[in-house]
Amino acid sequence: MGVKSLITFREALNLALTREMEQDPCVFVFGLDVADHKRIFGSTEGLVEKFGRERCFGTPLSEDAMTGVAVGAAISGLRPVHVHIRADFLLLAMNQIGNMMSNLRYMSGGKLKIPLVVRAVIGRGWGQSAQHSKSLHSMFAHFPGLKVVLPTTPQDAYSLLRASIRDDNPVIFLEHRWLYDISGEVDEDEPAHLGQAVVRRAGEAVTLVCTSWMNVEAMKAAGVLARSGIEVEIIDVRTVVPLDEETMVRSVNKTGHCIVADYDWTFCGFGAEVAAVIGQRCFGRLKRPVERLGFAAVPCPMTRPLENLFYPSAPTLIRVVERLLGLAETDLSGESFYSYEQRFKGPF
Amino acid sequence: MLSKDEALTVYRKLILVRLAEEKIREEYFKDEMKTPVHLGIGGEAISVGVCHCLPEGATTFGTYRNHALYLAVTGDSDAFFAELYGKLPGPGKGKAGSMHLSAPKHGLLATSAVVGTTIPVAVGAALAHAYSNVSHVVAVFFGDGAVEEGVFWESLNFACLKRLPVLFVCEDNGLAIHAHASERRGFRSIPEAVRAFDCHLAGDDGTDVVRVIQSTRDVLGKMSEEPKPAFLHFNYFRFLEHVGPREDFDAGYRRRPGPEELERLDPVLRFEKELLKIGLTSREIESLRKEAATRIERSAEAAQKAPFAPPSELYSDVWA
Repeated sequence: MGVKSLITFREALNLALTREMEQDPCVFVFGLDVADHKRIFGSTEGLVEKFGRERCFGTPLSEDAMTGVAVGAAISGLRPVHVHIRADFLLLAMNQIGNMMSNLRYMSGGKLKIPLVVRAVIGRGWGQSAQHSKSLHSMFAHFPGLKVVLPTTPQDAYSLLRASIRDDNPVIFLEHRWLYDISGEVDEDEPAHLGQAVVRRAGEAVTLVCTSWMNVEAMKAAGVLARSGIEVEIIDVRTVVPLDEETMVRSVNKTGHCIVADYDWTFCGFGAEVAAVIGQRCFGRLKRPVERLGFAAVPCPMTRPLENLFYPSAPTLIRVVERLLGLAETDLSGESFYSYEQRFKGPF
Repeated sequence: MLSKDEALTVYRKLILVRLAEEKIREEYFKDEMKTPVHLGIGGEAISVGVCHCLPEGATTFGTYRNHALYLAVTGDSDAFFAELYGKLPGPGKGKAGSMHLSAPKHGLLATSAVVGTTIPVAVGAALAHAYSNVSHVVAVFFGDGAVEEGVFWESLNFACLKRLPVLFVCEDNGLAIHAHASERRGFRSIPEAVRAFDCHLAGDDGTDVVRVIQSTRDVLGKMSEEPKPAFLHFNYFRFLEHVGPREDFDAGYRRRPGPEELERLDPVLRFEKELLKIGLTSREIESLRKEAATRIERSAEAAQKAPFAPPSELYSDVWA
C-alpha cells in the first residue's frame, strides 16, 4: 500500500492529473478555464505553475475544433486531457466525438490509437436549469469505441482518472459537481481498471444499481431503510463502458430485486440497458420487474421546487424499495436529505 | 519550370490518379465496387502538386474526395483498389471504403466524409509536433464548402493563435454538391475572408500542376522564414457529378464547357503540353500512360481476386 491521505474529490482529480503529468511528458491538460484563477473548481490547480503553459492551457471558445485538436494530438502520440466545465458543452463537439474519436481506429484498420480523456462536469443545483445539468452518459455509451466513466468517491476520482489517461482508447470522464466537496481516503498506489463495478454497501433485500451522485442518494436511502431492517445492496457502476455485468448479475441473483438509479433520463437510457441485461440474465431469479429511476422526462427546470422533483433522490428511492417489497411507507418527516443548501460533506 | 526528372515524377503520379479514377468509372456499373465514390477528375493537380512539395515527415489529412491524395502520398494502387472493392488488403481492411482512405505509415492520418471534420484534427497533429519540438508540416485538404463550416474558422483561429505549421489547402470547385458559391456565401471571396487571420496566404489556378507546385513552394518557404500557418487557395473544375462515376452536365445546374475550355480545365492534358515543351516526346508520354495503365489493371484485378475480411474482423479494431 502506498501513501494514503484524506482528501476531497477535487483534490483527488488534481492529484491524478499531477501524477500523470509528472510520470509522462505526453500528458497535457487543456480546455476553457483550465488555467484561469478558478481552475475548473480547483481541479486543475497548480498545473500551469508546475508544468508550464505548453502542458496546461486555456483555449478559444471552440469546443468542436478543440475536440478535433485533441483527436489530432492523440493520434500523433500525445495523451490529451480535454476539460469542460459543463457536460452540456460537449454537444458542440459531438461531430468529433461521434464521427472521429469513436471511429478512427476502426476506419484505419486498427492502425491508429486515440488515447485521450474528455473530462466534463455534470452540473446541478442553484438554478442550473436546462443547459448546465445534463449527464449524457447514455448517449456517449451508445457509440462503440468510447469508454464512459463516472467516478463517485475520491479514490475512484483518482484511480479511474489515472486509468483513463493510461487507456489507449478515448474516455469520456464525467464528474458530478456535488461530489467535488466529498472527502475520503485516497491510496495513491491503488490501481483501478475500467470495467469493474464495486459493491458500495452489501445487503440482501434489493439491489440498487447506481451511477455517479445516485450512489450518494442510495447510501442515504440505505441508512433510512436499515432502521426498518431493510438492507439494500448498492452497486456503483463506475464505468458505463465497459460495463461490468457480472457484479450486477451476482447481486440480483442474490436479492431477486433490481432498481436502477441512474443520473440521466430513463427513456432509451442506461437504466434501460441495465433492465435489459438483468431481464435477460436474471429472468428466473427476478421476483418483480426491474425498476428504473432517473431524470424526469423534461428539460431540467431552474426553480428549486421543480428541480427537486426533476432529479431522483433518496426519498424517491426509499418509496420505490417499499413498493417493490410491499412495505408500508416509512415516515420521512424527521429526515434531512441533500439539497444545494445542505450539501453532502462526506466522507463517503 | 520543373526539371525533366521532376516533371516525370509528377506526371507519373498525375497519370496514376487519373487512370485509377477512369478505371473506377469503367468498373463501377458492374456493382462490385460497393462504395460511394467522389471522383476528383479535374482536381488531381492540387493533391499531386502540394504533396510533391511536402518535406519528409509531413502529415496529411483529407476529405471523402481523397483518391488523388491517397495515391499521391502512397503511390499504392494495390491497396487503393483493394479498399474500393471492400477487400482485406485495403488500408481499412475494407471497413473504411473510398471515403475514409488513410495511410498512417505514409503520414496520411485520416480522411472524412463529414465536411470540415479533419481540419481541427490536422491542427491537433500540428500541435503535437510543436509540443514535441518537431518541425513537421501538416497539410489538410478540404473543399470550398468546408469554409462554410464553423469548425474551419475555429481551427484556423487556433492554428494562427498558436502559430502552428499547418498548410490549409482549399480545393475550390465552386460547388457544394450542386449549390453554387453565389448561393452559399455572404462574403466576397474566400481569400479575402481568410486575410483577416494572421497566416500566410497564396493561391493560383489549381488546374496547372506547375503553378500549384510554385505556390506551395513559395508558401512553405515563407512558413520556414516566419512560422505560422498558411492558407492555399486553388480553383479547379469538377468534371463529374458530386458522387458517382457520371458526368452531370444535363442535370441543369451548370453548363457543359466547350471543348477548348474543357481541355484547358484538364490538369493532365495541360501538363502533357508542358512536358512536350520541356523536351518529352509524345511517344514517351504515351509509354508513361501505358505503364500507369498496366499497373492500374493489375491492381484492380488483384483487388477483385483478393479475399473479403473474415467475419471475425467485424469486431476487431474497435478497441486498442
